[in-house]
Amino acid sequence: MSPAPTVGMAIPERQHHCDEVQQMLYNASLWNGHRIHFDVPYATEVEGYPGLVVAGPLMGDWLHQVVDEWLGDAGMITGIEYSNRIAAYVGETVTAGGTVTAYDEATGEVTLEVFVKNVREDVLTPGVITVQLMPGS
Amino acid sequence: MSGLLSEDVLSHIGQQSEPRREVVTRRDIRKYAIATDNRQAKYLDGDVAPPLFHLHLFWDVVPLNELSPDGVSIDSLLPRFPLEKAMAGGLDITYHKPIKPGDWLTATRTLTDIYEKAGRSGPLIFYEVVMEVRDDNNELVVTEKTTRILR
Repeated sequence: MSPAPTVGMAIPERQHHCDEVQQMLYNASLWNGHRIHFDVPYATEVEGYPGLVVAGPLMGDWLHQVVDEWLGDAGMITGIEYSNRIAAYVGETVTAGGTVTAYDEATGEVTLEVFVKNVREDVLTPGVITVQLMPGS
Repeated sequence: MSGLLSEDVLSHIGQQSEPRREVVTRRDIRKYAIATDNRQAKYLDGDVAPPLFHLHLFWDVVPLNELSPDGVSIDSLLPRFPLEKAMAGGLDITYHKPIKPGDWLTATRTLTDIYEKAGRSGPLIFYEVVMEVRDDNNELVVTEKTTRILR
């Protein structure tokens, strides 16, 4: 795990580019047939979205990944609380990141405030992740 | 409160789905890891499942003719609500132990609450579904609470 946690520290951010192929593979892997993720005329003309909507739980996954990459094998994610507030659309680049808000050295428990935001700095998916560090790491 | 929720709708609180038992395969983990843009070898190789993999494992696999015209599967756990436009939802997940290839896992979903609140532009209905994932020793693997808002 690098760098080691200190309260107020930002963990390294990660960008994700949402493209059609990934949306298709992701939703197919879930068995999610919701047209707003792959049917452009339906998403724009029937539902009135500006484009194909990026699946909400995929952004939830990116919250986990940005913390999990920072953690490496030093610990495991024990919990998350998040909500999908604003949509992202295929073609956008979004950034996942987070800040350490609590660290209990005695128990090894770390809490982070995490986000996925778009290029306009809107927080699309805010959340809180808790992590348990392994002893000795 | 506008009293949108009838006794009949509220009587669904506590309803539970049939338990679903699924096996975890290395191939499924690999597909999920690749599709989510993961770049850690242990997940891409399928040695262990990344967090949130239980979504993939327990998403309802329904026949095409049971999907609604917009491609969504109807959740049989839910009553017909008087409001239907879904707004943002939230998830609250606890991970108790890692998921590995070969694990047999069983998920049970319970509709734990339905309530309404006054929103800025009208009434809102909230409902909560708790999913418990357990292994064959009946030990908890993942607990997930989903909250959804309808307007």
